[in-house]
Parts: sequence; structure tokens; C-alpha cells
Amino acid sequence: MTETCCFLSLDELAAQVPDGASLALPKDSAGAPMAAVRALVRRGAKDLHLINVPTSGLATDILIGAGAARLVETSGVSLGEFGGAPRFNAAVKAGAVTIRDATCPAIYAGLQAAEKGLPFMPLRGVIGSDVLAFRDDWKVIDNPFAEAAVDPLLLLPAIRPEVALFHARRADRLGNVWIGVQGELAIMAHAAERTLVTVEEVVEDDLMAREESAAGTLPAVYVSAVAEAPKGAWPLGFLDLYPADEAQLADYARLARSAEGFAAYLERGCAPAVGR
Amino acid sequence: MPLDCRPEELLIAAIARLLRGCRNIAVGVSSPIPGSAALLARAESETPLRVELLESLDGNSFTRGSVELFDRAAQGRIDAFFLGGGQIDGQANINLVGTGDYPRTAVRWPGSFGSAYLYFLVPRVILFREEHSRRVLVPKVDFVSAPGVSAPEVYRRGGPCALITGKALFRFDRDRRRFRLESLHPGHDLADVLETTGFDFDHDAAPAATAGPDAATLEMIRGPVAREIAKAYPKFAARVFPRA
Repeated sequence: MTETCCFLSLDELAAQVPDGASLALPKDSAGAPMAAVRALVRRGAKDLHLINVPTSGLATDILIGAGAARLVETSGVSLGEFGGAPRFNAAVKAGAVTIRDATCPAIYAGLQAAEKGLPFMPLRGVIGSDVLAFRDDWKVIDNPFAEAAVDPLLLLPAIRPEVALFHARRADRLGNVWIGVQGELAIMAHAAERTLVTVEEVVEDDLMAREESAAGTLPAVYVSAVAEAPKGAWPLGFLDLYPADEAQLADYARLARSAEGFAAYLERGCAPAVGR
Repeated sequence: MPLDCRPEELLIAAIARLLRGCRNIAVGVSSPIPGSAALLARAESETPLRVELLESLDGNSFTRGSVELFDRAAQGRIDAFFLGGGQIDGQANINLVGTGDYPRTAVRWPGSFGSAYLYFLVPRVILFREEHSRRVLVPKVDFVSAPGVSAPEVYRRGGPCALITGKALFRFDRDRRRFRLESLHPGHDLADVLETTGFDFDHDAAPAATAGPDAATLEMIRGPVAREIAKAYPKFAARVFPRA
């Protein structure tokens, strides 16, 4: 196999996300790359166009709070049991970020169009909602294959992120990444121009060598770079490896209610010694 | 003599009754009470019933991530789902985005999630919101995350069937585009529900009371259901089922 992947430090990985890039991030429960998000904040990333696949929480809230994002395309941003996403909510109200509200399957459908090299993907539902009313880039056509006289059908333009960034359980030395049943990570990676991955561990076995492991593996052909980041989803939990750091998340939810509190959190939470 | 049960246990029992006859129920994130109700419906069902808990690592059978939920819904493989809303109006429109003028809403909520899609495709959507107030149950939502009804030419195999709050259970009549009060939870009266509901609805002069769980059902809720839901919602389970 040709080696297409390279191994980087977290800060080198964060440097691979240019200012202004469209950046796809998975939901908080399926590989949110929190250590890499902190590295993006440390390097002062700005003007990012965040694409939540299909929702987000802490990762998006921190990037917005740190002034790293100009636009967020999402189906929902929330801290789950810890309440609303305070910096997201404040930035939307203040007009500090442009919001592009979507619905979960529409984001998947846009990425799936990109996966297939298609300009758009149709999707059922959504017609008559204000989600559609406020999306100038979505179109409704009459289904050309319809049996009924009229059958309005939503079309979504392909979503081709410049960068997809997520955290996964493991990679091998060739850059193959184990994603298990988190299939949306494969959709993201297939659709994106480049995919950057942080992993809990790098293993010596070739993940593609056996069918049992290959079935849950994102092949290195889709992976531009990997950084090893043990506990890279902290303070979120990650699969069955570690639970959420509830004290830390409660602390964040409380502090981030104000811009000052958020700044204080960043001082502590994004300090170079943390999460590397 | 009604059993002494917690309000959450009454809701779980009432929602489980709405799920009778389902074969496949999916439960979204942040939904411990609907999740418990789905598990109770499964425990009490005489025919095979599958429950997919999105929040739980081992509580669902998706092997391609949550995208699979939406594909299954479109194929008719999901019979029931739950939606909520910061605002719900009398035509069963729901708003999960915020209040005031979009996009710079005065109050911003997380977003529409899968509602704009699943509301069209899942036959039995149950609206669940514990808070029953004029703030939530409004004459008209400020933002339609998902419409309760659609024009006849729009492909729609699903939609709202009921709304259950902390005070009452309503059924939605899709033809008349209106809610009808089906029952009041114990301890709540019609005058109070009329006072705290911002939209018009149909009702009997003396509405029925929502039935609570019987002894066997309550035992089921506090036993196997409580243990199972604790895997996805440990904080909820610790609060509501302290002895489970």
C-alpha cells in the first residue's frame, strides 16, 4: 500500500486547517475532536465555516466562543444534559456568526451527494418548514418520476467540506483508522477534500489485513493526517473508553454563560499543558 | 384506589399506551421519559417490538451511524418517534429554533435536529413536553421547524398523533387540524389547562382522567425499565428511580 497519510503532533494537525476553511465536525457523542479543537483555539484559527455532522455541542461552542468561526451550518447545537450551548446562542443573537439552520438528514444527504460526486441529492420531508424557507441554496422540484400529478421534492446541494476533523479509537501505522459503527465519520471523510483524525492510540497491526477489522475501518486513502491524542475527546466521554468529565462540563456550562467566564475557562482549559 | 406514583411514572405509563401495536420505536437524544415508555411498551408487548435508543451506545442496532435512522424512517421501518419543541401550536407546528425574528432570535434553542424530516415520515409521532404553559403552547409558533400538517400534494406518510404534557394528554386530528383533550393527569383540572394553553382545542365538558400505571406496570417501570434506561440516562434514573 502506498503511504498517503502522515503522522503529526496535535498543533501540527491544527495548522493543517487554514483560516476560512469549511470544517466538518461530528456530533459530540461520535468522535468530537476536543483536543484538536483546543489546538485550533491555541493557534488562533479564524473565519471557519463550521459544518456540524449533523449536530454539535461543546466543540462548536468553544470554536464560536473563541471567535474562530464566521458561519455555522447545523441541525442543532446543545450541551445535552448540561443545557443550551451558551456561546453559540449568544453569537447567534448578536449576529456574530451567520447561522445556516438545517435538519440532520439534509446534512447527511449533502455529504452523500459529495461522496458520489453528484451536484445534489433529493430528500423527502422538510417542505413547508421555515428551515426550507430560510435556505436560498435549497430547491424544490417536481419529481420527474412521479406517479402522482405533482410530487414536490427537495434537492440539497452537495456539501464538500475542505476539511473533516474527528477523533477515533485507533489508527495503524499506515493511517487506516478504525471507526467501528460510527458510519457518519466515513461519510464525512468521503465527502471532504482532506480528513484529519486524532486517535486514542496508534497500533502496529494493519487494520486492513483482516476482514473483521477492515469492515469498521476508514482506509488511509481518505486520511490526510493523523495525530495521536490519548483522551482526545475529553472532557466529553468517548465510546466505552471513558465517561464524560461531568464536573468539567458543568463548569463549562456555568462559566460560558458570560464572555468573561468563557475567557477564564479558555485560560485554564486551553493552556498548552492540557489535552495534548 | 389510584396507586401512589411519581409524575414521571404516570407519563411513562401513558406514553407506553400510545405505543401499543408498534413494531419499531426510535427514541432521539435527551428523551429519558419517552425512552422509558418505549422500553415499557416493549416489556408489555405480546408481539416482537424493537426499540432504538439513539442516546445509548449499545441501545441501538445502527451500524452506519445515525444516518441509518433517517433511511429507515423513509423506508417505513420506524413506526413511532418522539418530538418536542420550545413552542408547539394548535396546528401541531413545532419550533425548536427560537423565539422572535429569525435568524437573530431573542431566545435561541439548539435547532431543528431531524424534526423537519421525521415528522413527515414516521406514522406515529408523539409530541412530548413536560412544561404546560402559554409560553410553550402558543397560538402560532415563531419558527416552523416542522409543520404539523401539509398540503395534499406533499408526500407525507407520518405526522403528529398526540401531545402529552405534564398536565394533560391531547390527540391530534389531522383532518380537522386541531387537538382534542383526551384526558387530564390526576391533580389537574380543565379550568387550569384552558388557562395555561395558548391555543384552542376541543374537549368534553368533564374530561377523563389519565390512567396511572397499575401495580404490575409500576413494578415493571421501577425494575427492568429503570435499569435499562439508566444505561443511557444515569442522572435521570438516579433522580426518578432512586431504589432501582
